[in-house]
Amino acid sequence: MWNAFFHRADYLAIKPEVLLTMFGLAVLLFDFLLEKRDKYLNAVLALIGLGFAAVQLGMFWPLLVGQLPYSGFGGTFTLDTFAVLAKLIIVLATAIVVLLSMKYLEIEGAHLGEYYALLLLSAVGMMFLVSGSDLIVLFIALELMALCEYVLTGFLRVNRKSNEAAVKFFLLGAFSSGLLLYGMSLLYGIGGSTKLSIIAQRLAERPSPDPLSWVAMITLLAGIFFKIAAVPFHQWTPDVYEGAPTSITAFISVAPKVASFAFFIRILIAALWPMRAEWQVLTIGVSIATMTLGNLAAITQTNIKRFFGYSTISHVGYLLLGLVAAADGNREGLTAIVIYLLVYAFMNLGAFSVVIVMRRKDLIGDEIDDLAGLMARAPGLAILMLIFLLSLAGIPPTAGFIGKYFIFLSLIETGHYYLAVLAVVYAVVALYYYFRIVVAMFMKKAPDTVPLATGPGVTVALGVAVAMTLLIGIYPQPFIMMAREAVRPFFS
Amino acid sequence: MLNQYGPIVIFAVIAAAFPVALLWLAKFVRPSFKPTPEKVMPYECGITPESDARGRYTVRFYVIAILFVIFDVETVYLYPWAVQYQALGLFGLVEMLVFLGILIIGYIWLWKRGALEWI
Amino acid sequence: MVPLSHYLALSVILFVLGAAGFILRRNVISVFMCIELMLNAVNVAFMAFSRFLGTLDGQLFVFFVIVVAAAEAAVGLAIIIAVYRNRESLNIEDLDSMKM
Repeated sequence: MWNAFFHRADYLAIKPEVLLTMFGLAVLLFDFLLEKRDKYLNAVLALIGLGFAAVQLGMFWPLLVGQLPYSGFGGTFTLDTFAVLAKLIIVLATAIVVLLSMKYLEIEGAHLGEYYALLLLSAVGMMFLVSGSDLIVLFIALELMALCEYVLTGFLRVNRKSNEAAVKFFLLGAFSSGLLLYGMSLLYGIGGSTKLSIIAQRLAERPSPDPLSWVAMITLLAGIFFKIAAVPFHQWTPDVYEGAPTSITAFISVAPKVASFAFFIRILIAALWPMRAEWQVLTIGVSIATMTLGNLAAITQTNIKRFFGYSTISHVGYLLLGLVAAADGNREGLTAIVIYLLVYAFMNLGAFSVVIVMRRKDLIGDEIDDLAGLMARAPGLAILMLIFLLSLAGIPPTAGFIGKYFIFLSLIETGHYYLAVLAVVYAVVALYYYFRIVVAMFMKKAPDTVPLATGPGVTVALGVAVAMTLLIGIYPQPFIMMAREAVRPFFS
Repeated sequence: MLNQYGPIVIFAVIAAAFPVALLWLAKFVRPSFKPTPEKVMPYECGITPESDARGRYTVRFYVIAILFVIFDVETVYLYPWAVQYQALGLFGLVEMLVFLGILIIGYIWLWKRGALEWI
Repeated sequence: MVPLSHYLALSVILFVLGAAGFILRRNVISVFMCIELMLNAVNVAFMAFSRFLGTLDGQLFVFFVIVVAAAEAAVGLAIIIAVYRNRESLNIEDLDSMKM
């Protein structure tokens, strides 16, 4: 009876997503039972849900290594090693954000259950985005992710900046969804189906790229470039980063980037592969513009959240370089992106964990000057921040170096020497602006004496982030193997 | 092409010309219009209006409208299911109950949060 | 029968009108309505393709676009109300507390 529609294994394949949805809804109702001082239990429940999802994903991994991808729900949902790894990063990043949020929300006076429910549901959207192989599934997943983010950005309702960031994010995000959707409608017109594999077949049958497929590709990519904050669709990034609650800035800078990049890779490889020469040209242009703007604009920033906004933009530029190499059929290009995303998630969340400690009662603490004198008042935190900043700048033996190294390697293997040189030049620029923060921490005097807002949640988050940043940097082999295994399904 | 659309064009021209011609003709008959403050009021011979007609109204209407839109549009999924109820059978019923269950959790949430209260 | 290209032309015109309005309008609600216009332009394209290709996927997609647009409208209006309560203005140019 049931098998007439879907196979039983289909439901097993979406178990992590189903679990997270159930926990998200449970948090929503559980919140009503809690007294004001017990609100941290919401976070605990959310963490349990994320833990279950992570364990389930971990169980999928050995089943899929070396195997063909599992295609469920009539070919609309693909579970492969790539999807599982991306989902694991998303779940871990969400868990770290939950840990960061507890103390922070208390200080902001907005410790509500909805916050955690929205985080979990946003993660569900991301997980479907990573696995979807049908335009309808991808669109709904993208919107689920985005709608939760808009609300979370404006979560501090009485804060003017938070509101303003939310409305900007929402308007530009909805506009980009419109663009993306228009591209999807044209792809459907070309392919006669919403399945990525069929669209790829039809695109390959067309004689040469005609105007229709050009327009379809450009509108689709414009929508995706917005989601990953690539120039010229990056304008929302600094404002949203500055205005959003800091824990949400940390979230938006990592998890949606991982999900959107996974989605981007799947669209490009699974559907638009016949047009790889065309999207390679576009990607080269956009990545150069993104690296240039991100790196140069970061130099002059004074607000640390805005600073990280531009720093994220520059990292997106590097990630796009991996796609340039991948368009030449280079496997290492995609491997580099996967490693970079893994590394980026931990180092960026680590850096934000330090920033979040600066937010204390009556003290916003989001200017670079607020970090001044950190070495004198909390040497441990200052050292951790130094590690994260070195990693973000790509200095060995931290994880950031491994990420950048593989990007450079893939560019050289495919003969894009000028891009590799440009990337190295910008890495030097990045070193300069990351060191501005180091100078503030180690050379300047502290502006205030208000104690830092540390807590068990932030400590655990910092521990995980620094452990992964150093582990991947010093002993990268297992992670490289994992990334290689993750991109294998695209080239078989 | 021209033959097909010819009648439509003629119809459109006549439709546009007729009211214009009538208005122009009436100009010769009607008294000339001299506006006075009383004449430009919304109700010339009623109660004197006290403020602009496009006044603000309370934001609570928006909240109700938002909730209505959400729960109204979700029924778009119920129709195809209802039409194909026989073919989908138990599978369709269970899937639809899951869908409605999630909606009901949302409904309970907004009820408990007080979104339906008229404060 | 009206050829496919006519429907696509209509869809492009509506989409471009929406996009132009998004850039030119100054009131947040108007901007948002322009976005809705873009989404509906996409719906026209989906329906036309679905009819001419003879597959139902396009019509299915339209269902989901409608629902997502409604959810987006709800979230968007809620955010706009919050902004309005904070600054008593819906003009985009007043949203400037963070410098570019």
